[in-house]
Amino acid sequence: MAIIEEPLALESGQADIAERPLGVMTRPQEGNGWRDWLSSVDHKRIGIMYGVAAMFFFIVGGIEALLIRTQLAFPEQGFLSPQLYNEIYTMHGVTMVFLFIMPLAAAFANYLIPLQIGARDVAFPRLNALSFWIWISGAIFLNSSWLVGGGGADCGWFCYSPNSGVIFSPSHGVDFYAIGLLIAGIASLVSSVNLIVTVLNMRAPGMTLFRMPVLTWMLLVTQFLLAFALPVITVALFLLLFDRVFDSQFFDPEAGADPLLWQHLFWIFGHPEVYIIILPSFGIISEIIPTFSRKPIFGYSFMVFSGIAIGFMGWGVWAHHMFVSGIGPISVLAFSLSTMFIAVPTGVKILNWLATMWGGKLRFTTAMLFAVGTVGMFTIGGLSGVTHALAPADTQQTDTYYIVAHFHYVIFGGGVMGLMAGAYFWWPKIFGHMLNEARGKIHFWISMVGLNLTFGPMHVLGLQGMSRRIDTYSEGFGFAFWNLMATIGAYIIAISVAYFIYNAFRSRKEAVDLPNPGPDPWDARSLEWSIPSPTPAHNFDEIPTVESQDEWWHRKYAFDENNNVIRIATPEEAAQKGDGEGVHLPSPSFWPLVLAVGLPLIGYGIIFNLWLCVLGGLLTAGAIYSWALEPVDDPNAGHGHGDHGDDDDPDDHSDDEGDAVAVGADDSAGDA
Amino acid sequence: MSTATADTHTEHDPHATNTGISNTKLAMWLFLGTECLLFGGLISTYLLYKTRGNGKTLPTDIFDIPFTSVSSFVLLMSSLTMVLALSALQRGDVERSRGWLLTTAMLGGVFVGGQVYEFTSFYREGIGFTTNPASSAFFTLTGFHGVHVSLGILMLMSLVVASMQGRLKPQNAETVEIVGLYWHFVDIVWIFIFTVIYLIPAE
Repeated sequence: MAIIEEPLALESGQADIAERPLGVMTRPQEGNGWRDWLSSVDHKRIGIMYGVAAMFFFIVGGIEALLIRTQLAFPEQGFLSPQLYNEIYTMHGVTMVFLFIMPLAAAFANYLIPLQIGARDVAFPRLNALSFWIWISGAIFLNSSWLVGGGGADCGWFCYSPNSGVIFSPSHGVDFYAIGLLIAGIASLVSSVNLIVTVLNMRAPGMTLFRMPVLTWMLLVTQFLLAFALPVITVALFLLLFDRVFDSQFFDPEAGADPLLWQHLFWIFGHPEVYIIILPSFGIISEIIPTFSRKPIFGYSFMVFSGIAIGFMGWGVWAHHMFVSGIGPISVLAFSLSTMFIAVPTGVKILNWLATMWGGKLRFTTAMLFAVGTVGMFTIGGLSGVTHALAPADTQQTDTYYIVAHFHYVIFGGGVMGLMAGAYFWWPKIFGHMLNEARGKIHFWISMVGLNLTFGPMHVLGLQGMSRRIDTYSEGFGFAFWNLMATIGAYIIAISVAYFIYNAFRSRKEAVDLPNPGPDPWDARSLEWSIPSPTPAHNFDEIPTVESQDEWWHRKYAFDENNNVIRIATPEEAAQKGDGEGVHLPSPSFWPLVLAVGLPLIGYGIIFNLWLCVLGGLLTAGAIYSWALEPVDDPNAGHGHGDHGDDDDPDDHSDDEGDAVAVGADDSAGDA
Repeated sequence: MSTATADTHTEHDPHATNTGISNTKLAMWLFLGTECLLFGGLISTYLLYKTRGNGKTLPTDIFDIPFTSVSSFVLLMSSLTMVLALSALQRGDVERSRGWLLTTAMLGGVFVGGQVYEFTSFYREGIGFTTNPASSAFFTLTGFHGVHVSLGILMLMSLVVASMQGRLKPQNAETVEIVGLYWHFVDIVWIFIFTVIYLIPAE
């Protein structure tokens, strides 16, 4: 909310101590201890925190996946009770979608958007910190239902009514689901508004929209999808919560309510959500494939417009999740057609990646392997997706393992593999050392084998008729062999994740003896490679002026008279030196963290004791006012000339521009 | 060096890489865009459920159109006073701006008071939140709107207090403008809600 950001803040350079109201803390200063991470408003640190927390929840969700697969490894096992099984697959889905893949994409968005557009920070640094802290408080709240809520939610990640009502789900699990996702939704909403403003308003001189890297474009489309999809699930979750806590009648069929209402609201959010998950990955591999093919991306404008087209069309396909819900033949026909159409822009992208590689000088680094793997695996998932568009076939496939196979190929094969590609690609930029390539390639191949062994057999199981969400199966059904294969595959994926984490720590240890990888270890194409690794706290010594797409590449290479590519500068020559003298950065703040602590208290209050709501509400309101009243800059820190290019509005405080107070240039953002 | 390349290209249009709208105002516009979908979902829910009485009284059976018309008129007039507050501050007339802000908040308060009265009279006539799907949808939709108006009043009162402390100067006019955007949005949403609930006959 913009009003919170800055109604009463002081102008940059005019910090007037006399005007500071009573009880408002001095803004903390940026340092390197762990406390500084709690108050940091640096988009790079926030990105790293998103990444670390997302990996933590990846492990949580992964353990849940292993529990599911262990239960299903052999027929008629009693490893998990049916109730616990329901809770585990629900929490597996919710954790992986909301607490792993979305925040991991947010990590890349936070870290890379300002760097790719040539900005010093996001538009609202404190709101950025707020997004992270609210998200993590929502994530902890959601998972605390295991401890204090009598178990996790047990209604599937889509939580269809009336299964989600108190009659069929009497524990507090669904309450935690509803409130936890509402809290996490606030985080994503704030973050999306923040990042959209950043991209639209804070690009470096010359960085027109159609010079932006494809990744920034895809992340921009993702943020628009988030901004407009989240309010819809917010409505759905409020209705669910009111039904459960205040006995309203939204989803009670006996009172004449319509359970289809939930399905529509959920999937109007849920389908754009699919693209929210996949588009960042598309953007990442659109950066990696050109770099390692030594060619510009094939059909840049097609890439951008197909991403935008996916963003628009993603709103018109939601009812293909409901072909067997009784929505009527006309609706089925319309959504069947629109679902087939949305395969077109996706196909355009796959074609363009292949055409980018065609005739290129390919270098199969780990990042490139993961990127190519993403294209392949996503294509498999996309093709099985087109079979769901055919309503008669989908009627057979609904609620079978064929669906599970499809969306895991899309989300794991397309989404997670793409994000892994991004991790290997940007690791040196973020942490100042490379991930070991040899181990990286082993990681890739273990992942590929594990992924295909886990999810490939599920196609067969689905076509054989094995239902989703069923906690066991009988000996004579013929499901045993492929289930065992899938379970073995799941453990192989677990090994690959463990190996990735091992590689991360081992590479960090080994990096002590290795030289710095330099600003541009991959000979890449976009602006984030024009600054030292790890990224200095102030990002750019001087805001770059952009003249073309692939700006950084054009600073290293030119064409001679025969139109051959010649090198005009080494990366070290062309790169900035990382000298932050005179650069002003926004001061850290504790209020985002305080505000974020208030929200789960309100959540617990709604479930257990309304007095807690009062406490949480006071904390939240107090944090909002303290935030609004805290000085934009720490008055004690030095001041100097910021680069307000077109900042002619006296009300437009420097906090929003990301260049308020001087910090030590040696403050390393990459020190995880 | 980046400086060298920067020197050769000085003819860039400074506005080509931003929208020309300040960050905070753009953020408020985006936030209001997301609010459209929030109210869209709530209005759709009400439209689906408005005749589902489960054998009990519907909100549409007992509401008082003249009363709500008056309170709607009061809310719409508060948009006028909001504009006057902004215009006064832009002219540098801080005192008058404060007066109009206070008037806006009070008009909003009258509207919320009317809503509280309406809710209690519904409750006395036997329509509570849990009576039937129609009543749940009615109270949720109008309740969400009422909460939005209340938050708007809180923002307006914060501005009034800031103004009394001498912190709301003419150069802060954009802050008032942004609160105004929110306030006008809440009014416009009410025009839709009023039409959907009170003016469109329920068969």
